[in-house]
Amino acid sequence: MSPAARTAQTASLVSCTVCHLLLRRRPAASGPVGNCPRCGAALHARKPNSIARTWALVIAAFIFYIPANVLPITKVTSLGMTQSDTIMSGVIYFVQTGMWPIALVIFIASIFVPVLKLLMLLFLVISVQRRSTWRPKDRTRLYRITEAVGRWSMTDIFVVTILVALVHLGALANIEAQAGAVFFAAVVVITMLAAMSFDPRLIWDVKEPQDECEYPA
Amino acid sequence: MTAGHIMACHDCDLLHRLPAVADGMRANCCRCGAALARPKRNGLERALALALTGLVLLVLANSFPFLGFKIQGQVRETLLLTGIRQLYMQDMEAVAVLVFITTVLAPLTQLMALVYILLPLKLNRRAPGMFRVFRWLRRIEPWSMMEVFMLGILVSVVKLAKMAQIIPGIASFCFMALIFVLAACMASLDPHVVWEQWEENQ
Repeated sequence: MSPAARTAQTASLVSCTVCHLLLRRRPAASGPVGNCPRCGAALHARKPNSIARTWALVIAAFIFYIPANVLPITKVTSLGMTQSDTIMSGVIYFVQTGMWPIALVIFIASIFVPVLKLLMLLFLVISVQRRSTWRPKDRTRLYRITEAVGRWSMTDIFVVTILVALVHLGALANIEAQAGAVFFAAVVVITMLAAMSFDPRLIWDVKEPQDECEYPA
Repeated sequence: MTAGHIMACHDCDLLHRLPAVADGMRANCCRCGAALARPKRNGLERALALALTGLVLLVLANSFPFLGFKIQGQVRETLLLTGIRQLYMQDMEAVAVLVFITTVLAPLTQLMALVYILLPLKLNRRAPGMFRVFRWLRRIEPWSMMEVFMLGILVSVVKLAKMAQIIPGIASFCFMALIFVLAACMASLDPHVVWEQWEENQ
């Protein structure tokens, strides 16, 4: 090992993404390098087609986000009256009835987080494509945030599940899930897959690692 | 983890020679700040105990009603699976499957995989295919969403409170406990400690 800090890639090594076993890479191989002898995961120096996959999933999520917000997610039938609710109309209802903490929770989980996450992924993908050297540490942190917050968007889907289970009293009161819920669930799943397909190591590939580390390998 | 091992940071690929990391401390990547190693005191035993606790709680959470709903004298008690079945019957198969995976299947597989790996390890044995199981454990992890489901319960309760009387059941307390147990379990398990123990048992 040379005294200067190096990355696994420049040292012709490949690190298993699952169990972190470090392996020597055959010099010619640039694509898949076989499977990890310890855990069996497919080995790649970088996640395959990371940028293209992330782009595709981000675009798909943006498209699904529209019907998810326009179409109703629940239909309430109570004593002969029916009312359909979209995500936003649910938030507005809570604001009007003075339950703003709940309104805030739903707004953040269902509207704010998915958009924020998609914008952050978009920013990361574009910055990597443009080989930006701007604050890689902060961008890596941003990536970790996108990975961590996505799951909380499932809140609304769970709320619908619980409401559907509980409010099932025939003519008295009945809640049904509507098409918007399917699209919204799709948005959550697609954004999670998008975050998983992005490889944060790409952020660092344009940098020379020597300058910032005090205890090199 | 054994000091002197060379590992690559999983977030930025920088190679590190790991220093000796004391229990309860964390070794971070000096370039991007990712956690490289975070051993805990008796981490293995702790994770095993918590995983077993989690399994018990998960079974309870799915066998008892988790919310009761009282409106004009009518009481409706529901299991978690009631909601999933209801969604399924309303032609929301995809959503039903997603909810089933994230609240029942993923946590269950996660906990069973942990016990499968950790119990033999504790008895100085090696479970066959342990690393394959571990790989699946890592895959499943992001899809296990108990804590998000708990937030869903809270929102629903507030939402329905004006309409009817809500009676929290045994299962909702089990859910609540399960979230903390699961989080503590994953936090006390440093995968590298598992590898180390595995190599020792060889």
